[in-house]
Amino acid sequence: MEEKKPDATLDLRGVVCPINFVKTKLKLEEMNKGQILEIVIDPGEPMANVPRSIKEEGHRVIKVDKINDHFRLLIEKA
Amino acid sequence: MLREDQIERYSRQVILPNVGGKGQEKLLSAKVLVIGAGGLGSPAGLYLVSAGIGKIGIVDSDKVELNNLQRQILHSTKNVGKPKVESGKERMREINPDVEVAPYNLRLTSENILDIVKDYDIIVDGSDNFPTRYLVNDACVLSKKPLSHGGIFRFDGQAMTIIPGKGPCYRCLFPEPPPPGAVPSCQEAGILGAVAGVIGVIQANEVLKFVLGIGEMLVGRLLVFNALDSSFRIVKVPKYKDCPICGENPTIKKLIDYEEFCQLKTQNKKNKNGG
Ligand SMILES: [Zn+2]
Repeated sequence: MEEKKPDATLDLRGVVCPINFVKTKLKLEEMNKGQILEIVIDPGEPMANVPRSIKEEGHRVIKVDKINDHFRLLIEKA
Repeated sequence: MLREDQIERYSRQVILPNVGGKGQEKLLSAKVLVIGAGGLGSPAGLYLVSAGIGKIGIVDSDKVELNNLQRQILHSTKNVGKPKVESGKERMREINPDVEVAPYNLRLTSENILDIVKDYDIIVDGSDNFPTRYLVNDACVLSKKPLSHGGIFRFDGQAMTIIPGKGPCYRCLFPEPPPPGAVPSCQEAGILGAVAGVIGVIQANEVLKFVLGIGEMLVGRLLVFNALDSSFRIVKVPKYKDCPICGENPTIKKLIDYEEFCQLKTQNKKNKNGG
Protein backbone atom coordinates (compact mmCIF):
# COMPACT_ATOMS: atom_id res chain seq x y z
CA MET A 1 0.00 0.00 0.00
CA GLU A 2 1.17 3.49 -0.85
CA GLU A 3 2.34 5.39 2.27
CA LYS A 4 0.50 8.66 2.94
CA LYS A 5 2.69 11.74 2.70
CA PRO A 6 2.94 13.47 6.10
CA ASP A 7 1.47 16.97 6.41
CA ALA A 8 3.90 17.87 9.20
CA THR A 9 7.02 16.48 10.81
CA LEU A 10 8.49 16.70 14.31
CA ASP A 11 11.97 15.52 15.14
CA LEU A 12 11.74 14.61 18.82
CA ARG A 13 15.06 12.81 19.12
CA GLY A 14 16.65 13.68 22.46
CA VAL A 15 13.40 15.16 23.79
CA VAL A 16 12.44 13.55 27.09
CA CYS A 17 9.04 12.39 28.36
CA PRO A 18 6.56 13.97 28.66
CA ILE A 19 7.72 16.99 26.61
CA ASN A 20 7.91 14.82 23.47
CA PHE A 21 4.24 13.95 23.86
CA VAL A 22 3.28 17.55 24.78
CA LYS A 23 4.91 18.76 21.55
CA THR A 24 3.16 16.06 19.55
CA LYS A 25 -0.15 17.01 21.14
CA LEU A 26 0.35 20.73 20.45
CA LYS A 27 1.24 20.05 16.81
CA LEU A 28 -1.81 17.81 16.37
CA GLU A 29 -4.03 20.56 17.81
CA GLU A 30 -2.98 22.85 14.95
CA MET A 31 -3.70 20.23 12.29
CA ASN A 32 -6.96 19.21 10.67
CA LYS A 33 -8.78 15.94 11.13
CA GLY A 34 -7.37 13.23 8.89
CA GLN A 35 -4.01 14.94 8.35
CA ILE A 36 -0.85 12.96 8.96
CA LEU A 37 1.88 13.90 11.45
CA GLU A 38 5.26 12.23 11.26
CA ILE A 39 7.34 12.11 14.45
CA VAL A 40 10.73 10.64 15.24
CA ILE A 41 11.30 9.55 18.83
CA ASP A 42 13.90 7.72 20.89
CA PRO A 43 13.63 4.04 21.84
CA GLY A 44 12.98 3.04 25.47
CA GLU A 45 10.79 5.28 27.61
CA PRO A 46 9.60 7.56 24.77
CA MET A 47 8.63 4.59 22.60
CA ALA A 48 6.82 3.01 25.57
CA ASN A 49 4.85 6.16 26.43
CA VAL A 50 4.29 8.40 23.41
CA PRO A 51 2.33 6.01 21.13
CA ARG A 52 0.08 4.99 24.02
CA SER A 53 -0.65 8.62 24.98
CA ILE A 54 -1.43 9.47 21.33
CA LYS A 55 -3.93 6.62 21.17
CA GLU A 56 -5.49 7.69 24.49
CA GLU A 57 -6.26 11.07 22.92
CA GLY A 58 -8.11 9.22 20.18
CA HIS A 59 -5.59 9.60 17.32
CA ARG A 60 -4.45 6.69 15.17
CA VAL A 61 -0.86 5.50 14.92
CA ILE A 62 -0.90 4.21 11.35
CA LYS A 63 2.72 3.22 10.89
CA VAL A 64 5.79 2.53 13.02
CA ASP A 65 9.27 2.14 11.48
CA LYS A 66 12.56 1.52 13.18
CA ILE A 67 15.18 3.71 11.54
CA ASN A 68 18.67 3.12 12.87
CA ASP A 69 18.41 3.82 16.62
CA HIS A 70 15.10 5.67 16.43
CA PHE A 71 11.44 5.15 15.72
CA ARG A 72 9.41 6.94 13.10
CA LEU A 73 5.66 7.13 13.67
CA LEU A 74 2.91 8.25 11.34
CA ILE A 75 -0.11 9.60 13.21
CA GLU A 76 -3.51 10.34 11.74
CA LYS A 77 -5.29 13.16 13.56
CA ALA A 78 -8.71 12.23 14.90
CA MET B 1 1.51 30.11 20.26
CA LEU B 2 3.23 28.86 23.39
CA ARG B 3 6.91 29.65 23.75
CA GLU B 4 9.39 26.86 24.32
CA ASP B 5 9.74 27.71 28.05
CA GLN B 6 5.95 27.86 28.39
CA ILE B 7 5.57 24.40 26.86
CA GLU B 8 8.00 23.16 29.50
CA ARG B 9 6.50 25.17 32.41
CA TYR B 10 2.90 24.17 31.73
CA SER B 11 3.55 20.70 30.29
CA ARG B 12 1.83 18.82 33.12
CA GLN B 13 -1.45 20.62 32.51
CA VAL B 14 -1.15 20.95 28.71
CA ILE B 15 -0.92 17.17 28.69
CA LEU B 16 -4.37 16.86 30.29
CA PRO B 17 -7.27 15.94 28.05
CA ASN B 18 -9.52 19.04 27.66
CA VAL B 19 -6.66 21.43 28.45
CA GLY B 20 -3.99 21.21 25.75
CA GLY B 21 -2.42 24.21 24.08
CA LYS B 22 -5.78 25.86 23.54
CA GLY B 23 -6.67 25.59 27.23
CA GLN B 24 -3.31 27.02 28.18
CA GLU B 25 -3.88 29.95 25.83
CA LYS B 26 -7.21 30.57 27.59
CA LEU B 27 -5.46 30.63 30.97
CA LEU B 28 -2.76 32.97 29.65
CA SER B 29 -5.36 35.43 28.44
CA ALA B 30 -7.63 35.25 31.54
CA LYS B 31 -7.91 38.06 34.08
CA VAL B 32 -8.69 37.14 37.67
CA LEU B 33 -9.24 39.49 40.61
CA VAL B 34 -8.32 38.14 44.05
CA ILE B 35 -9.89 40.08 46.91
CA GLY B 36 -7.82 39.77 50.05
CA ALA B 37 -4.21 38.59 50.11
CA GLY B 38 -4.83 36.62 53.29
CA GLY B 39 -5.65 33.06 54.30
CA LEU B 40 -7.79 32.30 51.23
CA GLY B 41 -6.26 34.68 48.71
CA SER B 42 -2.76 33.34 49.37
CA PRO B 43 -3.27 29.72 48.31
CA ALA B 44 -5.73 30.73 45.59
CA GLY B 45 -3.31 33.31 44.20
CA LEU B 46 -0.35 30.93 44.31
CA TYR B 47 -2.11 28.25 42.26
CA LEU B 48 -3.51 30.79 39.82
CA VAL B 49 -0.11 32.36 39.21
CA SER B 50 1.48 28.93 38.83
CA ALA B 51 -1.15 27.86 36.31
CA GLY B 52 -0.31 30.87 34.14
CA ILE B 53 -3.37 33.10 34.51
CA GLY B 54 -2.54 36.12 32.33
CA LYS B 55 -3.39 38.90 34.74
CA ILE B 56 -4.04 38.69 38.46
CA GLY B 57 -5.31 41.66 40.43
CA ILE B 58 -4.86 41.60 44.22
CA VAL B 59 -6.82 43.87 46.52
CA ASP B 60 -5.80 44.41 50.14
CA SER B 61 -5.26 47.48 52.31
CA ASP B 62 -3.33 45.78 55.10
CA LYS B 63 0.34 45.35 55.81
CA VAL B 64 1.92 41.94 56.49
CA GLU B 65 1.99 41.12 60.21
CA LEU B 66 3.89 38.36 61.91
CA ASN B 67 0.65 36.69 63.04
CA ASN B 68 -0.45 36.42 59.39
CA LEU B 69 2.32 34.05 58.39
CA GLN B 70 0.74 31.02 60.09
CA ARG B 71 -1.78 30.82 57.22
CA GLN B 72 -1.12 33.55 54.66
CA ILE B 73 1.43 31.62 52.67
CA LEU B 74 1.89 34.28 50.02
CA HIS B 75 4.00 36.30 52.48
CA SER B 76 7.30 35.75 54.21
CA THR B 77 9.04 36.91 57.38
CA LYS B 78 11.24 39.39 55.54
CA ASN B 79 8.11 41.20 54.27
CA VAL B 80 6.54 41.89 57.67
CA GLY B 81 5.52 45.56 57.61
CA LYS B 82 5.20 45.73 53.81
CA PRO B 83 1.82 46.21 52.12
CA LYS B 84 0.32 42.77 51.48
CA VAL B 85 -0.28 43.53 47.82
CA GLU B 86 3.40 44.40 47.32
CA SER B 87 4.57 41.33 49.20
CA GLY B 88 2.11 39.20 47.21
CA LYS B 89 3.16 40.65 43.89
CA GLU B 90 6.82 40.01 44.71
CA ARG B 91 6.18 36.34 45.50
CA MET B 92 3.93 35.84 42.47
CA ARG B 93 6.47 37.35 40.11
CA GLU B 94 9.16 35.09 41.58
CA ILE B 95 7.05 32.06 40.79
CA ASN B 96 5.93 33.07 37.33
CA PRO B 97 7.19 36.17 35.53
CA ASP B 98 4.70 35.43 32.69
CA VAL B 99 1.88 36.75 34.83
CA GLU B 100 0.97 40.42 35.07
CA VAL B 101 0.19 41.25 38.70
CA ALA B 102 -1.88 44.35 39.47
CA PRO B 103 -1.78 45.42 43.13
CA TYR B 104 -4.65 47.46 44.61
CA ASN B 105 -3.52 48.77 47.99
CA LEU B 106 -6.95 49.97 49.06
CA ARG B 107 -10.14 49.12 50.86
CA LEU B 108 -13.03 48.25 48.58
CA THR B 109 -16.01 50.57 48.87
CA SER B 110 -19.24 51.15 46.98
CA GLU B 111 -17.38 53.98 45.24
CA ASN B 112 -14.44 52.06 43.79
CA ILE B 113 -15.42 48.40 43.47
CA LEU B 114 -17.32 48.47 40.16
CA ASP B 115 -14.47 50.22 38.44
CA ILE B 116 -11.98 47.58 39.60
CA VAL B 117 -14.17 44.54 38.98
CA LYS B 118 -15.03 45.55 35.40
CA ASP B 119 -11.55 44.71 34.09
CA TYR B 120 -11.68 41.07 35.22
CA ASP B 121 -13.29 37.84 33.96
CA ILE B 122 -13.90 36.29 37.38
CA ILE B 123 -13.51 37.37 41.01
CA VAL B 124 -12.18 35.38 43.96
CA ASP B 125 -13.55 36.56 47.30
CA GLY B 126 -11.02 35.86 50.02
CA SER B 127 -12.18 38.64 52.31
CA ASP B 128 -12.44 38.11 56.05
CA ASN B 129 -15.34 40.41 56.93
CA PHE B 130 -19.03 40.75 56.21
CA PRO B 131 -19.06 44.33 54.81
CA THR B 132 -16.62 43.34 52.06
CA ARG B 133 -18.28 39.98 51.42
CA TYR B 134 -21.70 41.59 50.82
CA LEU B 135 -20.20 44.45 48.82
CA VAL B 136 -18.35 41.98 46.56
CA ASN B 137 -21.43 39.80 46.09
CA ASP B 138 -23.60 42.78 45.19
CA ALA B 139 -21.00 44.29 42.87
CA CYS B 140 -20.59 40.96 41.05
CA VAL B 141 -24.35 40.46 40.71
CA LEU B 142 -24.87 44.02 39.44
CA SER B 143 -22.01 43.76 36.95
CA LYS B 144 -22.75 40.11 36.08
CA LYS B 145 -19.29 38.87 36.99
CA PRO B 146 -18.71 35.28 38.12
CA LEU B 147 -17.58 35.08 41.74
CA SER B 148 -15.94 32.37 43.78
CA HIS B 149 -17.02 32.69 47.38
CA GLY B 150 -14.98 31.15 50.17
CA GLY B 151 -15.34 31.37 53.92
CA ILE B 152 -13.53 29.87 56.89
CA PHE B 153 -14.36 29.71 60.56
CA ARG B 154 -12.28 27.82 63.11
CA PHE B 155 -12.23 24.24 61.76
CA ASP B 156 -14.90 24.76 59.12
CA GLY B 157 -14.79 26.07 55.60
CA GLN B 158 -17.24 26.64 52.78
CA ALA B 159 -17.15 27.52 49.11
CA MET B 160 -19.69 28.31 46.43
CA THR B 161 -19.45 29.73 42.94
CA ILE B 162 -21.82 32.47 41.91
CA ILE B 163 -22.66 32.94 38.25
CA PRO B 164 -25.12 35.82 38.11
CA GLY B 165 -28.18 34.93 36.07
CA LYS B 166 -27.39 31.23 36.27
CA GLY B 167 -27.44 30.32 39.95
CA PRO B 168 -27.97 31.69 43.44
CA CYS B 169 -25.84 34.45 44.95
CA TYR B 170 -24.49 34.83 48.47
CA ARG B 171 -27.60 36.79 49.51
CA CYS B 172 -29.83 33.93 48.31
CA LEU B 173 -28.11 31.96 51.06
CA PHE B 174 -27.83 34.71 53.69
CA PRO B 175 -29.99 37.70 52.62
CA GLU B 176 -28.55 40.15 55.17
CA PRO B 177 -25.35 40.38 57.19
CA PRO B 178 -25.64 38.98 60.72
CA PRO B 179 -26.51 41.51 63.43
CA PRO B 180 -23.50 43.20 65.04
CA GLY B 181 -21.76 41.00 67.55
CA ALA B 182 -23.68 37.84 66.59
CA VAL B 183 -20.75 36.28 64.78
CA PRO B 184 -17.15 36.82 65.82
CA SER B 185 -14.96 38.21 63.07
CA CYS B 186 -12.24 36.04 61.63
CA GLN B 187 -9.67 37.81 63.73
CA GLU B 188 -11.43 36.84 66.94
CA ALA B 189 -12.35 33.31 65.93
CA GLY B 190 -9.02 31.62 65.32
CA ILE B 191 -8.27 29.50 62.29
CA LEU B 192 -6.12 26.53 61.40
CA GLY B 193 -3.94 27.54 58.44
CA ALA B 194 -4.57 24.33 56.54
CA VAL B 195 -8.35 24.95 56.60
CA ALA B 196 -7.78 28.22 54.75
CA GLY B 197 -5.53 26.30 52.37
CA VAL B 198 -8.20 23.72 51.55
CA ILE B 199 -10.84 26.35 50.77
CA GLY B 200 -8.51 28.74 48.93
CA VAL B 201 -7.30 25.91 46.70
CA ILE B 202 -10.90 24.93 45.95
CA GLN B 203 -11.53 28.53 44.89
CA ALA B 204 -8.49 28.44 42.59
CA ASN B 205 -9.77 25.18 41.13
CA GLU B 206 -13.17 26.73 40.44
CA VAL B 207 -11.49 29.61 38.61
CA LEU B 208 -9.35 27.26 36.51
CA LYS B 209 -12.41 25.20 35.53
CA PHE B 210 -14.34 28.36 34.66
CA VAL B 211 -11.56 29.68 32.44
CA LEU B 212 -11.02 26.31 30.77
CA GLY B 213 -14.75 25.66 30.44
CA ILE B 214 -14.47 22.16 31.89
CA GLY B 215 -16.22 20.21 34.64
CA GLU B 216 -19.05 21.17 36.93
CA MET B 217 -18.81 24.39 38.94
CA LEU B 218 -20.09 24.85 42.50
CA VAL B 219 -23.06 26.80 41.16
CA GLY B 220 -26.07 26.32 43.40
CA ARG B 221 -24.01 23.94 45.50
CA LEU B 222 -22.37 24.97 48.75
CA LEU B 223 -19.34 22.87 49.56
CA VAL B 224 -18.90 22.50 53.31
CA PHE B 225 -15.62 21.24 54.74
CA ASN B 226 -14.97 20.15 58.29
CA ALA B 227 -11.33 19.77 59.17
CA LEU B 228 -11.81 17.76 62.37
CA ASP B 229 -13.50 14.82 60.69
CA SER B 230 -12.03 15.56 57.24
CA SER B 231 -15.46 15.59 55.66
CA PHE B 232 -16.85 17.35 52.62
CA ARG B 233 -20.57 17.84 52.14
CA ILE B 234 -22.49 19.42 49.30
CA VAL B 235 -25.56 21.41 50.27
CA LYS B 236 -27.90 22.29 47.40
CA VAL B 237 -28.70 26.00 47.37
CA PRO B 238 -31.71 27.12 45.33
CA LYS B 239 -32.07 30.58 43.87
CA TYR B 240 -34.11 32.59 46.41
CA LYS B 241 -36.97 34.34 44.62
CA ASP B 242 -37.10 37.09 47.25
CA CYS B 243 -33.31 37.60 47.24
CA PRO B 244 -32.79 41.33 47.85
CA ILE B 245 -30.32 41.61 44.96
CA CYS B 246 -30.92 38.81 42.43
CA GLY B 247 -34.55 37.91 43.21
CA GLU B 248 -37.68 38.67 41.20
CA ASN B 249 -38.17 42.10 42.78
CA PRO B 250 -34.75 43.22 43.95
CA THR B 251 -34.77 45.90 46.66
CA ILE B 252 -31.05 46.61 46.44
CA LYS B 253 -30.31 48.63 43.34
CA LYS B 254 -27.10 50.28 44.41
CA LEU B 255 -24.17 49.19 46.51
CA ILE B 256 -24.23 49.44 50.28
CA ASP B 257 -21.27 50.12 52.53
CA TYR B 258 -21.90 48.22 55.74
CA GLU B 259 -18.84 49.98 57.11
CA GLU B 260 -20.59 52.31 59.58
CA PHE B 261 -22.58 49.38 60.81
CA CYS B 262 -19.38 47.63 61.75
CA GLN B 263 -17.63 50.66 63.16
CA LEU B 264 -20.62 50.93 65.42
CA LYS B 265 -20.02 47.35 66.38
CA THR B 266 -16.39 47.98 67.30
CA GLN B 267 -17.42 51.17 69.06
CA ASN B 268 -19.88 49.28 71.24
CA LYS B 269 -17.34 46.64 71.99
CA LYS B 270 -14.72 49.21 72.91
CA ASN B 271 -17.18 50.81 75.29
CA LYS B 272 -17.99 47.48 76.83
CA ASN B 273 -14.35 46.53 77.10
CA GLY B 274 -13.54 49.94 78.44
CA GLY B 275 -16.06 49.54 81.24
ZN1 LIG C 1 -29.38 36.18 45.25
